[in-house]
Amino acid sequence: MEKVSVWSSNRFWRRSATWVTGVSAVLLILLTFDSMAQMKMGTAADLKNKVDKRIPSPTVINYKIDYQLSRARGHEVPIIGGMDANGKSKYEVKEKFFGRDNYSEEEARTLIHKGKLTIQAKNCMDCHTFLGNGAYYAPDLTKAWLDPTWETLAPAYGGKEYAIAAFLQNPPAMAMHERKMPNLGITKDEAKAVVAYLKFMSAIDTNGFPRNFGKIKGAVNAWK
Amino acid sequence: MHGNRLYEGQKLALKYYFVAMVLFGAQLLFGLLAAIQFLYPDFLFGILDFSINRMVHINALVVWLLYAMIGAVYWLLPDEAQREVVGIKFGNLAFYVLTAAVAVVVLVYLFIQVGPGKESTIWFITEGREYIEAPRWADIGIVAVVLIFLYNVYATVMSGQRTGILAVLMADLIALAGLYLAGMFYTDNIAIDQYWWWWVVHLWVEATWEVYVAAVGGYILMKTLNANRKVVEMWLWIEVAMMFGSGILGLGHHYFWIGTPEYWWEIGALFSALEPVPLVGLFVHVLYDWGKERGKGNQINNTPAFAWLTVETFGNFLGAGVWGFMHTLPQINLYTHGTQWPAAHGHLAFFGAYVAILIGAIYLALQKKAGLEKLKMSKAGWWAISLITVGVLFMTVALTLSAYTQTMVERGMYGATWEGYFAAQANEWFWQGMCWRLITGLMVIAGYALLMYDMIRLAKKAPASEAEVSTAAA
Repeated sequence: MEKVSVWSSNRFWRRSATWVTGVSAVLLILLTFDSMAQMKMGTAADLKNKVDKRIPSPTVINYKIDYQLSRARGHEVPIIGGMDANGKSKYEVKEKFFGRDNYSEEEARTLIHKGKLTIQAKNCMDCHTFLGNGAYYAPDLTKAWLDPTWETLAPAYGGKEYAIAAFLQNPPAMAMHERKMPNLGITKDEAKAVVAYLKFMSAIDTNGFPRNFGKIKGAVNAWK
Repeated sequence: MHGNRLYEGQKLALKYYFVAMVLFGAQLLFGLLAAIQFLYPDFLFGILDFSINRMVHINALVVWLLYAMIGAVYWLLPDEAQREVVGIKFGNLAFYVLTAAVAVVVLVYLFIQVGPGKESTIWFITEGREYIEAPRWADIGIVAVVLIFLYNVYATVMSGQRTGILAVLMADLIALAGLYLAGMFYTDNIAIDQYWWWWVVHLWVEATWEVYVAAVGGYILMKTLNANRKVVEMWLWIEVAMMFGSGILGLGHHYFWIGTPEYWWEIGALFSALEPVPLVGLFVHVLYDWGKERGKGNQINNTPAFAWLTVETFGNFLGAGVWGFMHTLPQINLYTHGTQWPAAHGHLAFFGAYVAILIGAIYLALQKKAGLEKLKMSKAGWWAISLITVGVLFMTVALTLSAYTQTMVERGMYGATWEGYFAAQANEWFWQGMCWRLITGLMVIAGYALLMYDMIRLAKKAPASEAEVSTAAA
């Protein structure tokens, strides 16, 4: 019998396919273990001990949050509780959230739990994007807590958390554009929880997404 | 030989195909409503908001593709295994259970829409996670139905012929079903939520579904061109190696900005950049086989099915491959992520990779149902494929223009703020793209109407030669 070239052998390709798939799957699983460890939500103790976490403790809502260029990493990073001379978070400067800056770990967790449930229950992701994923009918909410629009509304409401909460409870009443957000029946408690979630989310380290957030407006008309 | 008679499995396939085509219509209808809302935001405001239309638009797409995918498996399974589907009674029962569940889910989407921020909403109204919004009770029901489906497939193949195509499908379907479990849990950590959510979404559409398409594409090639099984199956294994080799770790291109470690930049960029390679391969393979068979003087047995298969390979390469590559590198994706870019890519990719081939598979079934030796493209069928293909292609171009504008204005000029978002949405070039999207959407709907007309006409055709076949057999 004539010798069949390996390149036209079904058996060879079947084995190759099995090996390639197996190796890829094993690599993905190993990488997933590492990613899960790095993405675990931090604790209040981490914040106290100034440990940088990709996803900080929900008690981050007690702190002032900013988003600044890190020279070391070459892109913007969340700055929690003030920035030191090296462009890193100081975890010191607090900021009142609905009148308090001493939410316990448990209180903060309960709050963002309700916030996340509300975000899912109201289908926010089918108009907005979170961490850039979702629908494209409304603005990205990754850093919504830091959006300059809320700074301009904050004084009239006694703080931006109050302004956002008021907006969420009756969006058409505060509509700023022809394309309005509908009234989704968000209650006062749910609104507070959603705002907590937005503040918490703005402290997630997204590797510099979105770029130049709130920094530029055209070439000459800078925000800050 | 089974002659012109249909296996029970194939009769079940026709039921799946029927629901799939109805849901295809629903997908287009709700897509139309959402497209109108981009231009006239007050349209149906407070009654059927964009979020609902968009959710039904995409859920209908996903569900009809799954229906047609299950249908195509029930169709080719007895034909390949050379025996009736084992446990077909359960298969039929599962079909009715699944269809009833889908109906309930859609009615709840449309009439209840949203719920309070509690666990009960996640269980009974919506999970609120893009693409897989179906509430948890439905998730569990889907898993039960899929287990029956897998039982049908495995039991049939075990006791019948085990071809290469069936071997690939068996491995692929179990992965496809297993991955759904990754989307069935709740966490407060949105980064981890999205990490696993992509396991379902990406490892479906950029890995297991692609391999599925390669397997079914091989079957269609054999049926429409009498292509050589050995060559088709060898090519299929090469495709599996390339698709899983690039697609599994290509998952990394969704892990650039969601709170994941930086190493995903390099992994995601490298492997997702390789993802178009197998798609070029499919395209070349189909045209090569066509040329070879034509050289031998052979004719195509089913021109509509073959035409849709050709559209599939081209659309898959262009929509998934080229349009995907355009924004897959992190250096570009930093600015395009979360804009109309993925919308442009998604429309052509889903149409090219999945819609086209499944329409082809349905034509293949209709040919046999009508008992036709050869099926020629009808005038309506020709207009349908032309209007739909050109419509989706132009829609993609229109969305790409809007996407460019959005990226430059919102991300480049304004740094992604709320104000920047609306500045981009109001930009004239963005708006023009949205107008063209609506117009091309109407083209697709016209094409769908003709497609349904053509298919229903074929489906109603009584098997003309049934009497002759039975006398010939006797």
